Amino acid sequence: MAFLEISHVSKGYGPPEQRAEVLADLNLAIEEGEFVAIVGYSGAGKTTLMSLLAGLVAPDCGTVKLAGREMQGPGPDRGLVFQNYSLLPWLTVFENVKLAVDQVFADRPEAERIAHTEKFIGMVNLTRARDQRPAELSGGMRQRVSVARTLAMRPKVLLLDEPLSALDALTRATLQDEIARIWQESRTTVVLVTNDPDEAILLADRVVPLTRGPNATLAPGIPIPLARPRDRRLINENPEFKQLRNQVVESLLSAGVKPKTTLTRDLILPDIEPEDISKPWSYFNRRGPLRKGEKREESVEVAP
Amino acid sequence: MSNSTLPTILTAQPAETGKPAAGTPAAAPLPPPAGRTTRDWSRLVKLDWLLLPAVGLAAVVVMWFILSATLSKDLPNPTRTWESSKPYVVEPFSYRGELDQGILRFTWLSLVLVAKGYVIALALGTPLGFLLGLSKMMTKMLDPIIQILRPVSPLAWLPLGMVLFLGAGKQASELAALFTIAICAMWPTVLNTAVGVRAIPQDYLNVAKVLKLSRWKTLTKVMIPATLPYMFTGFRLSLGIAWLVIVAAEMLTGRPGIGGFLWQQYNALVYEQIILCILTIGIVGFILDRLMSVVERRFKTA
Ligand SMILES: Nc1ncnc2c1ncn2[C@@H]1O[C@H](COP(=O)(O)OP(=O)(O)O)[C@@H](O)[C@H]1O
Ligand SMILES: [Mg+2]
Repeated sequence: MAFLEISHVSKGYGPPEQRAEVLADLNLAIEEGEFVAIVGYSGAGKTTLMSLLAGLVAPDCGTVKLAGREMQGPGPDRGLVFQNYSLLPWLTVFENVKLAVDQVFADRPEAERIAHTEKFIGMVNLTRARDQRPAELSGGMRQRVSVARTLAMRPKVLLLDEPLSALDALTRATLQDEIARIWQESRTTVVLVTNDPDEAILLADRVVPLTRGPNATLAPGIPIPLARPRDRRLINENPEFKQLRNQVVESLLSAGVKPKTTLTRDLILPDIEPEDISKPWSYFNRRGPLRKGEKREESVEVAP
Repeated sequence: MSNSTLPTILTAQPAETGKPAAGTPAAAPLPPPAGRTTRDWSRLVKLDWLLLPAVGLAAVVVMWFILSATLSKDLPNPTRTWESSKPYVVEPFSYRGELDQGILRFTWLSLVLVAKGYVIALALGTPLGFLLGLSKMMTKMLDPIIQILRPVSPLAWLPLGMVLFLGAGKQASELAALFTIAICAMWPTVLNTAVGVRAIPQDYLNVAKVLKLSRWKTLTKVMIPATLPYMFTGFRLSLGIAWLVIVAAEMLTGRPGIGGFLWQQYNALVYEQIILCILTIGIVGFILDRLMSVVERRFKTA
């Protein structure tokens, strides 16, 4: 029995007539203390998957189970770090984190909650920005506040939705190391969503590619047996790393059926003439059958 | 229009920026004229906001003189207006009788009444706005009624208010005035609050959901702060309307105040003071609007 388990989950949006299927038949089992990275194209449904794990949206079919129990709505035991930080702009760094701490540890005395809040602000190196508002912080600092807020809730599962995608490469590297360090210290279960295979391999125990949408699904996971702590400078020359990266990229490219475009056009029988597409369509100059009954349809599949 | 200006901007820019970039020797003779033009410009800007309004004012006063001398002989000219208004302006807080007080004393009476009505408008309008913003059903149910009541003039509400509070005796006129101010001034607050609530980013609500905030905490910690900028826009517009309504309310009820004074002087054929009242009402309304927009801007940036 895995700790966090998704089985046969599908999710789509919109009313039945114009339904957009996003995720189809997802299966994933995550062990306690495992660090899993999900890599996928943008728009594949990664945020949707995270919302399912967090309980913010309910699956259309299938189940999401945490520690053997089916999930009922969101809760602080699954800490979600939102893709766009989602800090409350009218609260300072301290107040943003404290709001979460007050909520989760409501039974503790005030002094203890303040100490707890300050400890987690210190953990992400933001003690000096304690009383600043999100608008005064850089993107990387905001993301760290968001991480601190989530970690301070002491979640059983840490869900990171593209936490570093919006950041510049240098900040990104620093925060990757910080995430690795925090995970080494706390050993909570982590699900990291990213669009960067290198980031996934650097941080995770297992990389699970999400195929291209619509109807995206999870490809078989790729275990990352690299020793920790992993050094980003050495890892680039590591042949094992290169081989793993090829495997991930290969899986992303080949997994699932490539989308095909079907063109359907009208043909006029018996004399089929090549159509002059450059000729503009107008009411007086229609392309179409001269007589009813002469119309036939032909479908052509075009590679994207 | 934009089509014709665009090419000139596009061609003008490279020509201007090209000169300094051409090299230091060529650029050396340029600074003096550039410095002079900027100084001229800044002096012009200063004159802009000092001189131009003064010119506008002078033009209006001249027009007023001409008008009172030619077309409308009953309209008092500016000098007569000033001489006749002088006692009210020089001793703005004097009290010579219920209906004969200094201009600021009258203004103060009006402001107190507006403040009361305005508070009622906000106390009713803000929760109503939240209700409309939160519930689609409520919006569908109440929006048509609001759209119909919103354009009704205070002159139409006041008689209804008199009827409503007929049993209140001596207080009836004040209550009717408050009712009119509140019901006319509340709509901008209602509508802006509703828009603000609908515009709360889903992310903030998701944070509340993940933290499992109670309904009350979601409201006070997330929804109200997120809506505040919109609410204050509504509050500012409401205050403008409340001040607009006061004159009508005082005229019809005959209460002492700036509007009541205006109406009474009209009936007493003292036309000079009508103009004094109009100016005072305008200036006070302007100051109130400025004050509110300072508050509003504070919340916008926060
Ligand atoms: N609330 C929603 N309503 C309708 N469609 C949505 C909603 N959220 C996401 N989608 C659609 O689902 C698809 C996947 O979105 P998302 O999960 O945000 O992708 P990703 O995070 O991988 O970029 C997109 O095509 C998006 O348009
Ligand atoms: Mg996303």
